[in-house]
Amino acid sequence: MSHSVELQNVGMAFGQTRAVMDVSFTVEGGEFFSILGPSGCGKTTILRIVAGFLEPTDGRVLIGGRDMKGLGPDQRPTAMIFQSLALFPLMPVWENIAFGLEARGVAKAERRKKANDLLKLVALEGFGERMPGELSGGQRQRVAIARALAVEPQVLLLDEPLSALDLKLRQHMRAELRALQKRTGVTFIYITHDQSEALAMSDRVAVMSEGVLQQVGAPRELYDNPATPFVARFVGETNAITGRVAAIENGIATVESAFGPLSGRAGDGLSAGAAARLYVRPEALQHKARGENRLMATIERVDFEGAFALAHGTLEDGSRLIASIASTELGEAPEIGARASFAFQNVNAVVLPDG
Amino acid sequence: MGELYKRFGGGLGTVFLALVAAWLAGMVLAPNVMMIDYALRPNLPPADIGGPRDVYSLSNVLYLANEGVHRAIFFKTVWASALVAFVTLMVCYPLAYWLAQNATPNQTAIAILALTIPFWINEVLRTLAWYILLAFRGPLNAALLALGVIDEPVRWYGDGGVLAGMTYAYILFMLFPIYNAIESLEKSQIEAARDLGASVWRTHWRVVIPHAKAGIATGCVFTFMLAAGSYVAPALLGAPGSRWFTEIIYNWFFEGGDWNRGAAYALVLLVLCLTVVLVTLKIARVNLTDVAK
Repeated sequence: MSHSVELQNVGMAFGQTRAVMDVSFTVEGGEFFSILGPSGCGKTTILRIVAGFLEPTDGRVLIGGRDMKGLGPDQRPTAMIFQSLALFPLMPVWENIAFGLEARGVAKAERRKKANDLLKLVALEGFGERMPGELSGGQRQRVAIARALAVEPQVLLLDEPLSALDLKLRQHMRAELRALQKRTGVTFIYITHDQSEALAMSDRVAVMSEGVLQQVGAPRELYDNPATPFVARFVGETNAITGRVAAIENGIATVESAFGPLSGRAGDGLSAGAAARLYVRPEALQHKARGENRLMATIERVDFEGAFALAHGTLEDGSRLIASIASTELGEAPEIGARASFAFQNVNAVVLPDG
Repeated sequence: MGELYKRFGGGLGTVFLALVAAWLAGMVLAPNVMMIDYALRPNLPPADIGGPRDVYSLSNVLYLANEGVHRAIFFKTVWASALVAFVTLMVCYPLAYWLAQNATPNQTAIAILALTIPFWINEVLRTLAWYILLAFRGPLNAALLALGVIDEPVRWYGDGGVLAGMTYAYILFMLFPIYNAIESLEKSQIEAARDLGASVWRTHWRVVIPHAKAGIATGCVFTFMLAAGSYVAPALLGAPGSRWFTEIIYNWFFEGGDWNRGAAYALVLLVLCLTVVLVTLKIARVNLTDVAK
């Protein structure tokens, strides 16, 4: 079992700027853990704190139960994969991979052997003598992974390493990373601003915004039960409808909105009469369906995305509505300019305090 | 060249080309051809120039080969120049690294300004400042005596003085190429090396120095050439035991009145410098075009 990583009330300030505020979470050993957030939310700062490049101004970091205070990146059982990959361009691939072993004084023959083993692991056999510049983006990615794994880290830290790849390759590398993580059992902490990447790959995801940890949970949990309005908006597409809480009953909150009463599952911190928002996913909205929670929208455009189409509309008060329509149902799709009615079931919507 | 014509048209393009050609011919080619011409001809009284004794030969060059003292000074100049380049590199590399990778923009600006200001003053005056600093009864000896580091004044003039003066004079020629090279090194490369457990030495040896190789080679080549061709520093800060080859050349021209032998000596120095430069670049596997950048 590889090491767990525990952050206890970690805070980081750069001069007057507070980049990270009071963040605590525990990454279990062998877990694929993602930190998700828009750029500038402090996720890279957290990764650099775990790696040892930054000393947090508050709190502590424990890796495998051991306090990492005062230990540099070279002394921690972590290895980092940089956003730019940071391969050494003037060394052949095998020397890149064996660099960490070279630094540990491993003999050349053994380094060579280990490098070849790792090349096999990442399916790049026979590429040892190439220079990094001669490889494709995906191959460079794998070399970076092999180089990080060469030092047998307990925890692998990945700083958006897929962001430079095109979509197809990115999806392929996601699956590969995931498989590699399961095979090696190394704890992965993965930084990304791409929510679909985080949802697809991770065992658990931490969502951050403006230096504050919003929610930690399994992908489904974040998607279905967002704890904060930020998570509701950031993870996946959603429609937000403002109103006031009329009643809360059996975990279902009814919101009095401009479009009449609408109900959804009640989140934490709701009280009757308080301002609240109801969040409903595009795929929870059903065109022409009957039922209580109904919304009327004027359709502006329908974007065909392949497996589904997104109908963009305007509600009576001018706010926007997005509904997803499966491609198989496109024959029934509303026409542009027409008024269409959508309904959703209250279990598929969430009501959170306004904030 | 086609680009030049396309951009400026036939007339202006031709003017530019002609100006460059005139510059190269008049300022570079002609003096060197004249130097070679002088070097290969004997030193004759005006009446005999163009006469039967005015023939090309290698006798001026051979004179240097057979003259023990001049030969020794020649080789000493070569290795002392290499030493100047090496010492300057040792001084500049850490500074360049700090400026390029660690300093804040403000620190960089102040440091570069501080390094550049002395160069607003003429080289002779800067060397004269060292002449005063290093004087037998000068400030350096006074300070060291006061601190109790030395018991009696040291005679700095000589090899040590020349080395100090030249290192100081050529610092920017070494600093800027290395600074430019290291600045283009991505910070994450250094972090990656550190993250993988490399010591500071290994990070420099395997990552920073290979990346900065062209800059280092450029700086060394500049410094070596400037040192080998230097006149002021050895003349002011040297001692009779630390004569520089340029001083011998000077003497042939202005004391000995033998321009031909002076030209031959200068030619030998030029050829040697070029050889050293090309060999250095070959060893460092750097192209001449990289240096020109």
